[in-house]
Amino acid sequence: MGGRAVSHGVQDVAGARFAPGARVRVKPARPERVAPMHLRTPHYVRGREGVVARALGRFPNPEDLAFGRPGEPRILYHIEFEQPPVWGEGEVGDTVLIEIFEHWLEEA
Amino acid sequence: MAGTPLPESVELLEKLVAALKRRGVLVEEDIARGQAQAERAKPETGARMVARAWVDPEFRALMLRDGTAAAEAFGVAMAGAPPLGVLEDTDRVHHLVVCTLCSCYPRAVIGYPPHWYKSAAYRARAVREPRAVLAEFGTVLPAGVQVRVVDSTADYRWMVLPTRPPGTEGWSEEQLAAIVTRDCLVGVTLPVVERSQAAA
Amino acid sequence: MDSPDPDRPATHDLGGNPRFRCTPVEPDDDAPPSDFDKRVDAVRAVLREKGLFTVDEMRFNIEALHETEYFSLTYYEKWLRSVTAVMVRKGVITWEDVQ
Repeated sequence: MGGRAVSHGVQDVAGARFAPGARVRVKPARPERVAPMHLRTPHYVRGREGVVARALGRFPNPEDLAFGRPGEPRILYHIEFEQPPVWGEGEVGDTVLIEIFEHWLEEA
Repeated sequence: MAGTPLPESVELLEKLVAALKRRGVLVEEDIARGQAQAERAKPETGARMVARAWVDPEFRALMLRDGTAAAEAFGVAMAGAPPLGVLEDTDRVHHLVVCTLCSCYPRAVIGYPPHWYKSAAYRARAVREPRAVLAEFGTVLPAGVQVRVVDSTADYRWMVLPTRPPGTEGWSEEQLAAIVTRDCLVGVTLPVVERSQAAA
Repeated sequence: MDSPDPDRPATHDLGGNPRFRCTPVEPDDDAPPSDFDKRVDAVRAVLREKGLFTVDEMRFNIEALHETEYFSLTYYEKWLRSVTAVMVRKGVITWEDVQ
């Protein structure tokens, strides 16, 4: 299991569940309470609503790769969140854009 | 976090390398080659890509569509490297790059990340109070510009394509690249035109 | 992962962490990597290229460090500890090799 191949050109997003502009919610899940985990969904967006900017491509699931398991390829999205609802502070109009895998998302 | 490693860490490195050599996993040559390769990556590469995008609309489109291919066009070996994404600043949106979970950084086109980028302070504060962090770099955004903080949580590495500042009309690519610093490429600073440099 | 309170974010999940609210970012903290740093980085790159571990495995093993070490070890010391851990876990080397 060496370095992952680089995808060139337009990323493979066939079959993506969510379209750009869709409102989604990050699942308010805490898998780390089940077992030691390697998660790339920061705590500060769990349970939060955001908007799909675009699908970025299909990548092996890091949650599996971290334990030497082959990672099933999953769609990765760029999701945009408004700052003030996340933190209770910040300028209206400022946002945070985060890469989140499809299995962490549900329709808002 | 800058700082000197503990003596036991220096020893651990030596023992690790000795064990790996003894077990036939690697030789000193491999390490030297790896280090030389890492040292080749420099912020001038990212700066030149930005300068090219400022003067060449087709290259700009390539950067935004496929950052990896754009880097390869500048001689960066991207095979096996994470895909490069490019964030386009506009007169309405300014991007700031951070990795809150570890310290992902677009090394292929900028080189080694500075200590502050990897610090707990930057990782904790950039997503929550970006404008205060920008102010620590002396950066104040024009009125009406939104901040979009990009948290590098997965496979991509992100770099910023800043807006071309006024006063640079007619400049060569070399002159343009010279005002794009390493810090501009992650969005903590904006390219600055000195009064003496401004185009007439 | 060693958070005393399971409801708090994991140690490495630092986004928005109020503990660092008043800690300056220090733009001048940008000294080039030391020889130790570069050597650790190179060893990591060689092992990754040889397919002996992935960046994900390395990240997990950094996240598994105790909170005290997570904040006191330098960036490259953490990489070294993690790479060593992965090599031992996989049986590429033994723990005796690094005693």
